Amino acid sequence: MKKTPLYDIHVKEGGKIVPFAGYLLPVQYPTGIRTEHEAVRTHCGLFDVSHMGEVRFSGPGALATINHLITNDYSKMKIGKCRYGIMCNEQGGCIDDLIVYKFADDDYFVVINADNHDKDIAHMQANLLPNTQFEDLSSSTAQLALQGPLAQTIIEKLTDPQTLPQGYYSFCPHVLVGGIECLVSSTGYTGEKGFELYCANEHVTKLWQLFREAGTEEGLIPCGLGARDTLRLEAAMPLYGHEMDEQTTPLEAGLSFGVKLNKDEFIGRTALLSKGNPRVTRVGLVATGRGILREHQNLYIADELIGHTTSGTFAPHLKQSIAMAKVDIAHAAVGTKAEADVRGRRLAVRIVELPFYRHD
Amino acid sequence: MAEVKEELEYTKSHEWIEKNGDIYTIGLTDFAQDSLGDIVFVNLPEEGDDVTAGEPFADIESVKAVSDVFSPVTGIVAAVNEELADSPELVNEDPYGSWLIKVEEVSDIEELLDAKAYEEHCANEEA
Repeated sequence: MKKTPLYDIHVKEGGKIVPFAGYLLPVQYPTGIRTEHEAVRTHCGLFDVSHMGEVRFSGPGALATINHLITNDYSKMKIGKCRYGIMCNEQGGCIDDLIVYKFADDDYFVVINADNHDKDIAHMQANLLPNTQFEDLSSSTAQLALQGPLAQTIIEKLTDPQTLPQGYYSFCPHVLVGGIECLVSSTGYTGEKGFELYCANEHVTKLWQLFREAGTEEGLIPCGLGARDTLRLEAAMPLYGHEMDEQTTPLEAGLSFGVKLNKDEFIGRTALLSKGNPRVTRVGLVATGRGILREHQNLYIADELIGHTTSGTFAPHLKQSIAMAKVDIAHAAVGTKAEADVRGRRLAVRIVELPFYRHD
Repeated sequence: MAEVKEELEYTKSHEWIEKNGDIYTIGLTDFAQDSLGDIVFVNLPEEGDDVTAGEPFADIESVKAVSDVFSPVTGIVAAVNEELADSPELVNEDPYGSWLIKVEEVSDIEELLDAKAYEEHCANEEA
C-alpha cells in the first residue's frame, strides 16, 4: 500500500485512514463527513489528492496523440485551458476519464485517476503516435485541492492574485504560493469554486501547513475522501467505476458533452458510431420515501426493472438521499416515479434534473 | 476513547443491553456510533415483530455506509424509539440515551460482555 507525502500529517490531524486506489488516505477527520462537506459549501476545505496520476505528452506529435487517445477535441483549445475527456477502448467502453491541461501547442499535462494509473499508462504507451514524448509524473507530483467560496480569499494571502488563473477550467503553470512553485488550476471535484494545486512531493507538506494557517480565520478545515465523494455526488460529477467503466460507453454514462463524434478519428469512435443512440442514460434520483440510496440498487416501475443506481448517499447539504442511476431511456424523463430495491425493501424515488446542487 | 457504562452489558457487535425486570432495552454503543460516523437514517422493526439472538433487527445508515444492528436476545419487540425516525443523529449525540428497541418475552440471550470485557474488546478492535 502506498502513502502520499502527507500521510504523517493526516495521522497527526486525526484522520481515519483507509485504503483507497492503492493508497492509505483519510476518509474523514475528527470533524466528520457532514461538517467537512458543509465547510466546503460555505467556507473552505483542503484535500490531499496526491494519489491522482499525472502524465505529460510533448513533441510535434503530442496533439495528434491526445486527439487519438481521448474522445474530446483538443485541436482548437487555447494554451492555459483545461478540458475534460474520456479515454475509450476499441469497443467504446471507458478506460478512464481525465482532464487535459494545455501548456503549449506541443505540450500537454493530463490528470488521471489513481485507480486506473497502471492500465492508463499501458494504454497510452501502446497507442502513442510518432514524434510524441510521454512521461509519467505521478510518483513525483503531489496535489492539493482548495475548495469552497472562500478559497480565493485564502489563496490570495499566499500569492499575488495577478498570477492566479482567471476563470473556471483555466490554469497557470508557474505560480509561487507561499514561495512554493505550483501549477494552479481553477478546477475541482466538489461543485464549488476553488483551486487544484500541483507541486513537487517535497514541498507539499509545507504547502498544506501554509493553507492550514492562512485559512484559520476563514474556517478552512481538512477534508477526507468521504466528503469528496458526497460533494461530487451532489454536484452530479461522475466517478470512474461507478457512473462509467469499461463496459459502459461515455454516451451511456451521460457524458456526450465530452465526446466529439464529428472528430476524424479517436479510439472507440467506430464502435460508438455503430452502436447508435444509447438505450440507457444517466439520471439523478431523490428518495421520496424514508431510506438511503446506495450504489447497485435495482430500480423498478411496478415489476419492470428500468435500471440501477451507480452512486448513492445521504447528501449532507441538501439533507436528503440522492443517487445517480443508469436507466432505460424510455423511463428517464424528469419527474418519473420509481422504486429502489434497498436490501429487499422498496424505497420510493423520483427522477430529478442534474446537478442536484449548483453554487450561486 | 469511547465511553463504556459500568451498569450496562454489551455484545461483541457493539450493542448495549439494559435489563429492567422482563424488558431488555437495546442500543448502539459509543464505540459503534463513532466508527459509523454521521448517522442519517435508522430503520427499526415494528412493535410486535420477532427478533432473534444473533440476527440483525435494524439497519443504521451513516453518510458513509449502512450497517446491521444485531439483537442479543430472542423475543418480541415491545417498543421502538420513534424519535429516531426524525432525529437519527441522536444516536451520535447520546448513544446510551438513545435506545433503539425494547424486547419482551425473551426466550434466549446471547453471551454478553460486562463493561470491563467490552472495553478490552474495543481496545483490541482499535489496535
